[in-house]
Order: sequence, then C-alpha cells, then structure tokens
Amino acid sequence: MLKIDGLSKHYSTVKAVDDVSLEIPTGQMVGIIGRSGAGKSTLLRLINRLADPTGGALSCDGVDVTALTGRDLRQWRSRCAMIFQQFNLVNRLDVITNVLIGRVGHRPTLSTLVKKFTVAERALAIQALHRLDMDVQALQRAETLSGGQQQRVAIARALMQEPQILLADEPIASLDPRNATRVMEALQTINREDGITVMVNLHHLDTAQEYCDRIIGMAAGRVVFDGQAKDLTASLAREIYGQESEDAGIAELPDIPVSAPIPKPAAAVAVAGA
Amino acid sequence: MSGIVVSAPPISSGDAVADFERNRLALIRARRSKEILFAFLFAAMFVFSVIVGEVNIATLVEGVPGFFNYISDTIPPIRADSVVADVREWYWAFPKWLMLLFDTVVIAFLGTFIGTVGALVFCFAGSRNLVSSGWVYFIARRLTEIARAVPELVYAMIFVFAFGLGPLPGVLAIAVHSAGALGKLFAEVNENVDMGTVEGVRASGGNWFQIIRLAVIPQVLPNYLSYALLRFEINVRSAAVIGFVGAGGVGQELMFVIRQFVYTDVSALVLMIIVTVSLIDMSCEKLRHRFIPEQQTA
Repeated sequence: MLKIDGLSKHYSTVKAVDDVSLEIPTGQMVGIIGRSGAGKSTLLRLINRLADPTGGALSCDGVDVTALTGRDLRQWRSRCAMIFQQFNLVNRLDVITNVLIGRVGHRPTLSTLVKKFTVAERALAIQALHRLDMDVQALQRAETLSGGQQQRVAIARALMQEPQILLADEPIASLDPRNATRVMEALQTINREDGITVMVNLHHLDTAQEYCDRIIGMAAGRVVFDGQAKDLTASLAREIYGQESEDAGIAELPDIPVSAPIPKPAAAVAVAGA
Repeated sequence: MSGIVVSAPPISSGDAVADFERNRLALIRARRSKEILFAFLFAAMFVFSVIVGEVNIATLVEGVPGFFNYISDTIPPIRADSVVADVREWYWAFPKWLMLLFDTVVIAFLGTFIGTVGALVFCFAGSRNLVSSGWVYFIARRLTEIARAVPELVYAMIFVFAFGLGPLPGVLAIAVHSAGALGKLFAEVNENVDMGTVEGVRASGGNWFQIIRLAVIPQVLPNYLSYALLRFEINVRSAAVIGFVGAGGVGQELMFVIRQFVYTDVSALVLMIIVTVSLIDMSCEKLRHRFIPEQQTA
C-alpha cells in the first residue's frame, strides 16, 4: 500500500504538484491522465524521489519514503522501477547489459563498475527479454532498435529490479499505435501476473479506460478525478483536459457516466489489429 | 487530383508576408550593426597589437635574408657524386639521436597517459550536471585551471630543479599540464551527455559511481579517446621543446648543439623531429577518426 498524503512540489512560481493525497493498494493498475503540464510526471518523480517534495508525506507499507537518504533511498528506487517516454537506455551498450543495469541496486558497486554479473542474473535478464519478445536482440546495441523495441527493453530492465511498483511516465507517447498496444499489454500482463502495482501516466483517455482499474485525473497539480473509468463524465474530462479535450479524444463523451470504453477510431483500430 | 493545394486563409496572408519581411529586415539591420562594431573592435586591437609588438615591415624585410642564411648554413653540402657519404656524415650520430627521439616520444606518451588518468579523476567532479555540490565543482574546475594555466616549460623547469636533469621532470610536466587541459575538455564532454540515460540508471537505484560508469562513460568514451590522442600529438611537440630546460629527450641535445654552433647537427635534428612529429600526427589522426562517433545522437 502506497500512501500519499498532501504531497506538493512547488517551484518559485508554479505549483507542479499541489496537495495530492492518494492511497494506492498493492497490485492496482492506475492510469493518471491530464493535459501536458498537469503534474503527472512530477507526481511519479516524487514517488521514486527523482524529485524531492516541498511538502507532504509519502509512505509505503509504513515506511516514510520522504525521509529516506543515501543507500535506503537507492533501495527504494530499486523497488519502484520507472520507465520513461524517451526510454532512457544506454544507447552504446548492448540490450542485455541495459537490462542488467536493473540489478545495480542488488549488486555491490565494484562488480557493477566492471559490468560483472552472475550467470543467474544473465538468465533472469534473458527470461525478462523473452517475456517481452526481445531475447533475439540481446546482443545488439540499444541504439539499433526501434522505439517500441527500446521501450520493451526498458520494461525488461524494470522487471530486473524485481519491483513492487512500476512507474511509467508517458510510456507510449513516442510510439506508433501498434507498438503502443504491445507496450500497454506488457504493462497489463506484468500487473496481472506478477502482482506489481503499475502507475502509468497517459495522455489519451481511451488508453487509460482500456487498461486501467482506476483512473486519476490531474489538472494544475491537483487531483480532480479519482475513480473507475465508467464514472468519468464529459464535463469532468473537459475540466481535466481543457483546451486539449479534442486531442485526447473525449469529444464524444456523453455528459452522463459511461459504462464502456469509448471507441475512438485510431486507437481502437490499432488495438483490434494487434 | 494534381498539384498541392495550399489552403491559406485568404484575408490575413498578405499581412503575414509583410510582417515577416519587416521582421526580417529589422533582424538583418540589428545583426549588421553588431558586425560593424566587431569589425571595428578587431581592427583597433590589431593596430594596438602591431604597435605594442613593435611589428615593423622594414625590420621584417631586413631580417628575412638572415633567416634563410641561418637555415642554409645549417644544411651541409651534399654532392651528387658522394650522396651516401655526405648524408652519412651529416647524420653521424644517427643511432644516438634516434634513441633520444624515442625518449621524447616515450616522455610524451607517459605524460599523456598519466595526464589522462588525472583528467579522469577530476572531470566528473568538474561537470555541472553530475555533481550537486557547488563547492566540489568549484574546486575541481579551479584545480584543472591551475594545472593548465602554467605552460609545460615552466613546470619542466620547476621539476628539473626538484628532481634533477632527465626524462622524469619532462614526464611530470607534461602530465600536469595535460591533466588540466584534458580535464576541462572531458568535463565539457560530460556536460553534453544525454541526461535521460543518467536518469534511467538513477531510477534503477544506481549510486553516483554506477551512474558514471554505466550511463556517462559509454556515451563519452569515444570523445575521450579522440581528445587524448590529439593531446598526444601536441605533447610530442612539447616534449621536444621541454628538453631545452634539461627535461630529457631530443630537446636537450638540440639545445646543446645550438649553443655549440654545430650547425649541421641542428638541421639534422630538426629534420628528424619534423618527420617524427608529422608521422605521429598522421597516424593519430587516422586513429582518432575511428573513435569519433559516426553520428552524434542527441
């Protein structure tokens, strides 16, 4: 159970995240939606402490995450893996080494500095890659892969951390619809089969509706919606997305709660075709 | 259907073009006045330097014959009927000079190597994007500045005074200066790395050393190698010169023959140095181009 209590990140002029309180039970798949600049990324970065909060508290299973420093902080990061919009792999290293980087939190520093990993770890890495259908490319340099392939390698790296929580920051924003579907399905599988909590930032409402148990809508740093996909009304969605409403595909939303995901031409075709 | 239909809004397009042309003209004008200012400043500095440097065309012209006389005096007569014997006499101490030249290259190599290691120690602490502590950055940057601000020749004199004549002070002098010069270049390379990669390793729970090793070094290594090789080229020349103050190698011998007015030995040695430096330059350049990444990814 991840408990977020009044968490804030204020810069001098902007309130990136403003007084956010949430409880995320273990094993949930949570989609965070909102327009660009709503604070979705900052919220995820506050959770794994890539950014430090200016106020509020964050705890996981009773451990105060905001107070962690040094080794304990790195252990925490290792327990909540993150994947990024731009994949953030080491381009010049091969795929398998990139995946093994997920073990940095589990290994003594010196052995990782010479890139020495055990046979068991290599086996684990190949299994993770195999799960994502990327084991054939294990010895290729990361930079030779397509965007969708790189994101799957990034997910394999995250799996190597044996995380409790997987944070995904706009994981499909740079991908074509087909690859986006594969990545979202991989995240869903990991959530269901491994019981890992997944928190995923998404721009599109229909993707969130399709894959997530719970949707959190953010606007101007605050949580403005927290519930199931079917409880989201058009007026609420408009509040979340503002000017970007049409872009996010909520124009057809009725003003009463909807019970099924809204079929949206581009994304729906991609899902059906996969 | 043929051709491309440009669907421009009918009313405002004329304004847009006029606006653009007006802005463009304003930009060009602003740029031109800056260019004129810089040209004027450059001219002023040039004239000032000529006056201070006592550059005088007349002196220059008078001196040219002397310059060529010195060069021609140092070249021995080589007759067509005894080329081999003449060259052999010119290069009478060839094996010894070759050994000294080898010493010089070794001094340069060792100095570059130690300097590169020193630069590696300081460059990460001297990169804005890799250290959070302001004073660690400040100290690392100032240390590399001090190391490179003093010329090798001055370091060589100090080290000769401390350790006596021979190659050791030469190696140390080159090492210190190279550590400073490369430290700055390496740090600048580090500051251009893709921080997304750094964040990827940090988010996996990596500590500072793991971030450097796994996220930074793979990105920067080709540039490091390229810069270190360039430094080696420069250091071979420096190593030849610092011998003048007694720091070993061929320079020490060159200084000796210049002082003794053994003209033909001077030309023999200088020619050997030029050939060696050129050979090393050429091979280093070939090698360097292999390390420069084919495409710099952002």
